[in-house]
Amino acid sequence: MAADEAEKARGKRAALAFAAVALVLGLPLWWKTTETYRASLPYAGISALGSLRFQLTVPVSVVFAKGALPGAQQRRLPFADTQEKESLLNPKTSITSRYETTYRSATVTEQAALATAAVQEADAALLLLQEDSLGALTVYVIPEISPLLPQGVGVYVGKHRSAVMRCPQGPGDVLAAVSARVQQIVQAMSFTTDSITAALSDRVPMDQLGTDTRRPFKSSLGYEITFSLLNPDPKSHDVHWDIEAAVSGYVQPFLDKLGLVANFSVDSQILYYAVLGVSPRFDKASSSFILSALSLPHVINPVEARLGSSATSLYPVLNFLLYVPERVHSPLYIQDKDGAAVGTNAFHSPRWGGIMVYNVDHPAPDKALLPLRVDVDMVRVMEVFLAQLRLLFGISQVPLPEEFLLESPGNKGLTDWELDRLLWTRTVENIATVSTTLTSLAQLLDKIGNIVIKDDVASEVYHAVASAQTAMLELASGHLGSAFQASKEAVISSERAFFDPSLLHLLYFPDDQKFAIYIPLFLPMAVPILLSLVKILREAKQSKKEPTKTD
Amino acid sequence: PPLPVAKPVPMAAALPGPRWLPAAAALLWACCGSAATDGIQDQAEQFFRSGHTNNWAVLVCTSRFWFNYRHVANTLSVYRSVKRLGIPDSHIVLMLADDMACNPRNPKPATVFSHKNMELNVYGDDVEVDYRSYEVTVENFLRVLTGRIPPSTPRSKRLLSDDRSNILIYMTGHGGNGFLKFQDSEEITNVELADAFEQMWQKRRYNELLFIIDTCQGASMYERFYSPNIMALASSQVGEDSLSHQPDLGIGVHLMDRYTFYVLEFLEEIHPASQTNMNDLFQVCPRSLCVSTPGHRTDLFQRDPQNVLITDFFGSVRKVEITTETVALDPNLVGLETRVPNDEMATEPLKYAEQLPVAQIIHQKPKQKDWHPPGGFILGLWALIIMVFFKTYGIKHMKYIF
Repeated sequence: MAADEAEKARGKRAALAFAAVALVLGLPLWWKTTETYRASLPYAGISALGSLRFQLTVPVSVVFAKGALPGAQQRRLPFADTQEKESLLNPKTSITSRYETTYRSATVTEQAALATAAVQEADAALLLLQEDSLGALTVYVIPEISPLLPQGVGVYVGKHRSAVMRCPQGPGDVLAAVSARVQQIVQAMSFTTDSITAALSDRVPMDQLGTDTRRPFKSSLGYEITFSLLNPDPKSHDVHWDIEAAVSGYVQPFLDKLGLVANFSVDSQILYYAVLGVSPRFDKASSSFILSALSLPHVINPVEARLGSSATSLYPVLNFLLYVPERVHSPLYIQDKDGAAVGTNAFHSPRWGGIMVYNVDHPAPDKALLPLRVDVDMVRVMEVFLAQLRLLFGISQVPLPEEFLLESPGNKGLTDWELDRLLWTRTVENIATVSTTLTSLAQLLDKIGNIVIKDDVASEVYHAVASAQTAMLELASGHLGSAFQASKEAVISSERAFFDPSLLHLLYFPDDQKFAIYIPLFLPMAVPILLSLVKILREAKQSKKEPTKTD
Repeated sequence: PPLPVAKPVPMAAALPGPRWLPAAAALLWACCGSAATDGIQDQAEQFFRSGHTNNWAVLVCTSRFWFNYRHVANTLSVYRSVKRLGIPDSHIVLMLADDMACNPRNPKPATVFSHKNMELNVYGDDVEVDYRSYEVTVENFLRVLTGRIPPSTPRSKRLLSDDRSNILIYMTGHGGNGFLKFQDSEEITNVELADAFEQMWQKRRYNELLFIIDTCQGASMYERFYSPNIMALASSQVGEDSLSHQPDLGIGVHLMDRYTFYVLEFLEEIHPASQTNMNDLFQVCPRSLCVSTPGHRTDLFQRDPQNVLITDFFGSVRKVEITTETVALDPNLVGLETRVPNDEMATEPLKYAEQLPVAQIIHQKPKQKDWHPPGGFILGLWALIIMVFFKTYGIKHMKYIF
């Protein structure tokens, strides 16, 4: 009997030990080994990035030439002033524009530079005196009567980062009038709230924005530009174009200037027997062929299949096509909606590229010796292509009042302050993209339980968060160049983290499938343990009852 | 633009009432009418503008084996229509799980027909299949949608859409309540699909998405979508089977499914400039023709289907703008501003390296193979044999061996 009892006790202890081991050791071990590996992520940093409070600081210096200000006001120089303007776009996004203006009088060398006859030379001379940093602007105020600016022009905006304006005359506070004018100039040369809002089109609902936001390419790390010459009638036209010289002479300077923004690769090709998908109408009045504006959308698709330009690189492709119409369809003109012929004879498609029609002069039929050698006037062509390239990058004309004189960018295709405008919007866009990417990654990890986060993905996320924070700080302190670099790095890291191939959440297990997997494993082990536990409990209850029964 | 107010015709006129009244009324009506139509025209342009700048299509056939010929024919027919309406191959990701055109059982090799009597060969000679045969897996499909593709993938296998892309996703195969079968070995569930679309939305990989599925119980696949801007069509409701259309006695299998057949008949009427809208697509294949009840889901879509053109998804109508400005270039400055070109060194003309020394191969002597001592396996085998022999028969036989 005693042996039996001992046996039973041993049995009870064994069962309890099994249960204890299963619970204490087994359960946590199973839990740990079946959880998905998630390296730690900076969730706090990501949620902080979720609400973007941009502070965009523009350092402006206003330089007064001798005689611009009346004496009393002149004595107030030099001083510094800061103006802030906040606009709240939605509860999670706000933009604060901050203009840190310093007012001072001109140095001797600057005065000498401003004393030249033509304002373009003055601009070039003043460039040498400035420290050329991205985002910083300088406004020179010259006396009202100064002959430097032509008649009727109140403000001259140069090719670089400076502007020259006439000092506004008036009885009141001249400095206040000057600062109001300067505000207007600076907004034109750096950014306006609207342009920044347009860059944040992801976060701001769409109906507030127009076609200008849909036209330019989204910020990307590189672009591929392809120039194609389409010759549908090689029997009549032997077309030559010196594209290499044209690209190195006109396009490359533009791309070099934009080299800060992205990598570019340029290629060119000639396609023979490539026709437009639309047959042009013959117009008796002008005895020429017409492509109406309504038929233009259908031109691109049949040609695109033959361009073959997207085979190699993963970057967005910009296609620029030069079409030399067939002899029987010459001359070919493009008509706009109102029926007027288009001066440039070219059109472009948002986020795709542009097409230009190049008409060839045909001599009298009897003197014609086919094929006719055609040397394309690359200057005319490049003028149009560069204009289209500017539009596709979002460098559009800023609406300015009458008395502003804008210096044309010349062969570089892009003025420094236009580059600054692009950088402001691109930086903001990049930071917004990083914020969206990281917050959606965090949401995704929350919602889908079995995505694995490896260590290198986690380090990319940390890097992205750090770079985005750096970019915001640099924007607030007015260093546009470093802010843009930081935002670019942040975008690269966040894209790499989000699109890492290991983040595929392939395995979705419905609950019944999970039971089906675990029951054959755990049930045979669990049943004896549970039954013995139940038996132990029952015996314990009975033994408790027995003492009360027996007296 | 507000309608211009028509000036009231002065009542006090010399002419007697009845004669000028109809003329004035006609004039007024003409003014108002034309102004109204102008206004409506502009409004129409506004409504129809969907905000997309490019179109993509992902067409997936998930079934393999010869008797699932119709699924490949379905997908290829949609591929043909989409190409005809303008989407280029570079913007189409075509996934076919099996090769019917070159299948040994195909009596007409290199063809896939969609009408009986072999009327229309949808395979053609310019088809570009991006994912073929065993590459069509759930993993690859989800990778294409979410963009989580290994860096070595070529561009033709990627969905490089952006936030202004309208994407058409067409799937066909065998399915059930809440899943679609891939390759007869794995499934994709509606939850996974909905999550994939959500990931696409989070990363703004589409502007609007049209999802069409032609399988049995197809409506179950779009039940779980929760991302905005998705419109879905299915060939049958939950609990119903989608049926095939017609067998061809020459080929020996069913050539098409009913729903896709009637969708294609509908699409044949569409050309790149047509203004047909989505409501017409919803009416395609009523129960009398299709036996199953096609379903659709538009609650996640922001625009009214009445205003959505078929070509917004099936075609690729580009928005264009006239270029009005030019950049002033000065050809004289080019020489000054360009860098000094590097002196081109005289390079030797390039020639191909010896690819395959055929002469050497034909005339060479057989290579001397070096002698290697027997390896471990041979040694072990012989050791085993010898051990067994001596164990069995005794060591005394040793002297007869050595």
